[in-house]
Amino acid sequence: MSPMNDANILVYLESVEGQVRKASREALALAAALSRSGCGKVAAAVLDPLAREAAAALRGLDQVYFSPHRLFQHYHNEAFEKALLQAAEDFRARIVILASNEIGRDLAGGLAAALGTAVAADVTQVSFEGGTVAVRRPIYAGKAMAAFRFRRLPAVITVRPNAFADVLAGWTPGAAAPALVELPEPAEAQLRARVLETTAAGRKKTDLTEADIIVSGGRGLKGPENFQILEELADVLGGVVGASRAVCDAGWRPHSDQVGQTGKTVSPKLYIACGLSGAIQHLAGMSSSKCIVAINKDPNAPILQVATYGIVGDLFEVVPALTQKLGTE
Amino acid sequence: MKIWVPIKRVPDTTARIRPDKSGKNIDPADIKFVINPYDEYALEESLVLRDKIPGSEVIAVSLGPAEAGTVLRQALAMGADRAVLLEASLPIGLEIDNAQAGAALAGYLQTQPVDLIFLGRIAVDLQSGVVGSWLARQLGIPRITEVIKVEWTGERFRAQHLVRGQVEVVEAAPPLVLTAQKGLNEPRYPPLKGILAAKKKTIETVPAQMSEAALELVEIEPPPARQPVKILGHGPEAVPELIRLLRTEAKVL
Repeated sequence: MSPMNDANILVYLESVEGQVRKASREALALAAALSRSGCGKVAAAVLDPLAREAAAALRGLDQVYFSPHRLFQHYHNEAFEKALLQAAEDFRARIVILASNEIGRDLAGGLAAALGTAVAADVTQVSFEGGTVAVRRPIYAGKAMAAFRFRRLPAVITVRPNAFADVLAGWTPGAAAPALVELPEPAEAQLRARVLETTAAGRKKTDLTEADIIVSGGRGLKGPENFQILEELADVLGGVVGASRAVCDAGWRPHSDQVGQTGKTVSPKLYIACGLSGAIQHLAGMSSSKCIVAINKDPNAPILQVATYGIVGDLFEVVPALTQKLGTE
Repeated sequence: MKIWVPIKRVPDTTARIRPDKSGKNIDPADIKFVINPYDEYALEESLVLRDKIPGSEVIAVSLGPAEAGTVLRQALAMGADRAVLLEASLPIGLEIDNAQAGAALAGYLQTQPVDLIFLGRIAVDLQSGVVGSWLARQLGIPRITEVIKVEWTGERFRAQHLVRGQVEVVEAAPPLVLTAQKGLNEPRYPPLKGILAAKKKTIETVPAQMSEAALELVEIEPPPARQPVKILGHGPEAVPELIRLLRTEAKVL
């Protein structure tokens, strides 16, 4: 048996309301690319009972692990971790890939400890070389890039959202549907933590890290009420609103909106920074965006040093003009 | 209740990061090192919990070289009762992977009475965000990660965290691991009395049990440079040109 073909890959597909999350589809695209470059077969684990059909429709996978159990309707790290370990063992997976989000991070650490390895987190490039996995990833929120290599397998990897193409974008349906494998029923009585409730308070349509377009605001907005201007532009563009640390610390926006080294690191296709000077820790969190537009009164603002396009001017004039022009076209 | 707070010494978030000559580490010149901000939230919350739960003690623990003593001193100044340095003769931390960090902490904490381990959800340097869950799994205890609110009910810890954009409320009995998300609290400044008291305390030093690394650092590089900015003009008159370029040049609309 050649070691090349041994390295089967298990991908965890995280879903919301029965739909596989974009970041998970990107993780799956990476797994497919690795498989083509000499790794083993690819299986996906989808634990949300509602997402089983969506996952099974992803032809080209060898296997899909699922569970119909209602326990998996809500996230529970002990149950999810155990199920993924069962799937990894059954599939003889040597590489486990998850999306780098709140659930991916939580599970990756537990899985790596159980498998006796480390996590290569938030990776933006992965290759399979000499029987092991090499990755590149931003560190210090993108102030530097680092290349790492797993000394041995197994490897656990979390994938940075928006770093890889969505699997649905280039997916060639295989001839056969994947084999569906039902995981054993979880032993609910063994779970130590209890999930009491979940509330949809302040729920966003799209997570900031997965968004294609982000309209972000800083202190130049002058007050929380003025973020309405950014919300309107984001609506026209189909994007979401982000914010600087100063704005979140002042309580104008929730902390979950913060972009930067102590917030979220994002790489959307388009990042529009409005009234945001660009503190170094903010720039670190967004400077890998594909295209950056800065709208700022100050022609010397640091944000203009990383921007693709800049407009010097009052955001209270420029942003509504942009919204209106886009909305009427 | 014994509350352990693992803290990491990291470059301040305003620091500029450059690779050093070896290409395997960062150049520490001109960098101010601080407690990882997320660990500071964990420490603050631990101090609040300690003051609410009679007979509790907060112990800060850091894995790293002797220099990590500076952040332990700061933790003592904020109000930690004791501090332990798990000394590993490694430079800035790039050579420790998250499994080694988790294993070294787990190895030490296994020998200690533990009710709660409270650390930051992520360190702002290497940003793996997995040491909390690695540690919990290794110790065989439950975890609630990225928490934005914590209460002690008298028997259990009840915590809130954001999952799939929703607030999830989870309860678990000690011993357990919690990791702190921003928004949990506003860390206190060390009071003068605390700073003076911290100077008199001794930091217990224990050699860290280092396992073999699973990840090998190959190189560090500066991020790819961006093209120079195109200033499209002043005020709303520049809007049509911006839309044209977003469509035809950047192709993002």
